[in-house]
Amino acid sequence: MNAPHDPSSVGAVVAQKASFDSPLALRGGATLPSFEIAYETYGELNAARSNAVLVCHALNASHHVAGTYADDPDNVGWWDNLVGPGKPLDTRRFFVVGNNYIGSCFGSTGPASVNPATGRPWGADFPVVTVEDWVAAQARLADHLGIERFAAAIGGSLGAMQALQWTLSYPERIRHSIVIAATPKLTAQNIAFNEVARAAILTDPDFHGGHYYDKGVVPARGLRIARMIGHITYLSNDAMMEKFGRQLRRAALGFDFDIDFEIESYLRYQGDKFSTYFDANTYLRITKALDYYDPAADFGGDLAAALARARAAFLVVSFKSDWRFPPDRSRELVKALLENRRIVSYLELGSPGGHDAFLLDDARYHAALRAYFDNIEL
Amino acid sequence: MSPAEQSLLAARPDLAAVAQWVARGARVLDLGCGDGSLLRYLWQAREAPGYGVEIEDDSVIACVKNDVNVLQLDLESGLSLFRDGTFDCVILSETLQTIHRTEQLLREMLRVGREAIVSFPNFGHWAARLQVLFGRMPVSEALPYQWYETPNVHMCTLADFEDLCRRLGIRIRERLVLHQGRSVGLLPNLLGSHAVYRCTAQ
Repeated sequence: MNAPHDPSSVGAVVAQKASFDSPLALRGGATLPSFEIAYETYGELNAARSNAVLVCHALNASHHVAGTYADDPDNVGWWDNLVGPGKPLDTRRFFVVGNNYIGSCFGSTGPASVNPATGRPWGADFPVVTVEDWVAAQARLADHLGIERFAAAIGGSLGAMQALQWTLSYPERIRHSIVIAATPKLTAQNIAFNEVARAAILTDPDFHGGHYYDKGVVPARGLRIARMIGHITYLSNDAMMEKFGRQLRRAALGFDFDIDFEIESYLRYQGDKFSTYFDANTYLRITKALDYYDPAADFGGDLAAALARARAAFLVVSFKSDWRFPPDRSRELVKALLENRRIVSYLELGSPGGHDAFLLDDARYHAALRAYFDNIEL
Repeated sequence: MSPAEQSLLAARPDLAAVAQWVARGARVLDLGCGDGSLLRYLWQAREAPGYGVEIEDDSVIACVKNDVNVLQLDLESGLSLFRDGTFDCVILSETLQTIHRTEQLLREMLRVGREAIVSFPNFGHWAARLQVLFGRMPVSEALPYQWYETPNVHMCTLADFEDLCRRLGIRIRERLVLHQGRSVGLLPNLLGSHAVYRCTAQ
């Protein structure tokens, strides 16, 4: 992996926290009395404060976008292939801000944090947060960092929803929105997959209605299954066939219910790993945030009307092999932007990686992002 | 005009012909826009904002580098992303001959735009006719491909294109016929290797 001396790595980084004492009114009606946001920054904010780029993460990532930690050199940031000196999002030119959304289990205030009203973990009482709420919280972080206006916000999947929402919540505070592997709303099938994941968690006997922190258990079985079903939707059938095919894990079919196929082994491994580091209460809330996102809902379903207030320039990127949020969904967004005569470019790339292609360093994908960032004026 | 633009116009006289028909500030859609050179030129020289449509990955990336709006779409599936009358001018430059659903695309161009500018290599040029007469598929500067590798599927002559326009109710407003960068007046369907048309609905 990237050793600290790797010239294209940002090297050892330090996670930081910003505390906010004024309440945050949430879309669902609840109010967070106070909150913290975990974040990391790479590069330097220039004197004009015009070079800040906000990186928004998707389901299971965090503010650790690039680089490593001095005491944990193998912990490489989740978008390290994109962000660094000389990389497409070049930290010699841009001041890059990675942030962790509220409700997460990686540092920002979330269900495992202490509820100031009770002195105990929030657990099930932590409100359901939305993409709009995350963006409102990120705006507070921008204030804290002295960033009046972002040069760009970028994200894939759920992160792309945040990059899009920035142009609607704070049209004057963002110049470019880079929206990758996105959808302007989930389909019934997308929601259905999320509901299976939630059902797995909610029916785990160790879930205890969300108040499991002080019972010394976690709903690991539910989380495991949630992750397995999620993971299936992130990969394309072609990518799965190429990687695993029908390859057997053991010498011959077992005619029992142990692992026969490599893909079973892979999914179990992914599920087990996930259940050791991710929080079930967070997972429930993230899938709801996905389900609820639909900026056109307040405009009678008219996405173009919803986007009329956006002022940013857009780069929209989809992947042909992505069946979770396929190119059709991105084209809906592009169509609505065209109807508003927005500045927009749209790429529909042939990368085979499925939904997760946005995390991979496909040469054409990265060449396009590099070209786009290079043309952003500072 | 910058040296880059001059060299573009020297290298691609058909683009120069297209550009002269684009009014200052016109809203432009360039179908099959390649690396976006024409759009960039139109923006710099005419302040004409626009979008390009292109299908090839490398061309699309070149457009992003050139800082022009590009949409990676397949022209064969139509222009459904664009509302009626969105553009002042829709350009189809040296791309007509690669399109399968030619009639649909020409109709779509005049649905989304007030005016269409179409340029294509003339299959009726004498050099092409001569090669066919001697029993060979034409290969020339205007038609640089061998028959087995050509992206061209629908070659036509000036007369063929004008027939199709009549049949589709498309009105030809202006025509420029070129050979080696020079305008051709006499016997255009025989002596011209490229044609550029400006069309509107009837």
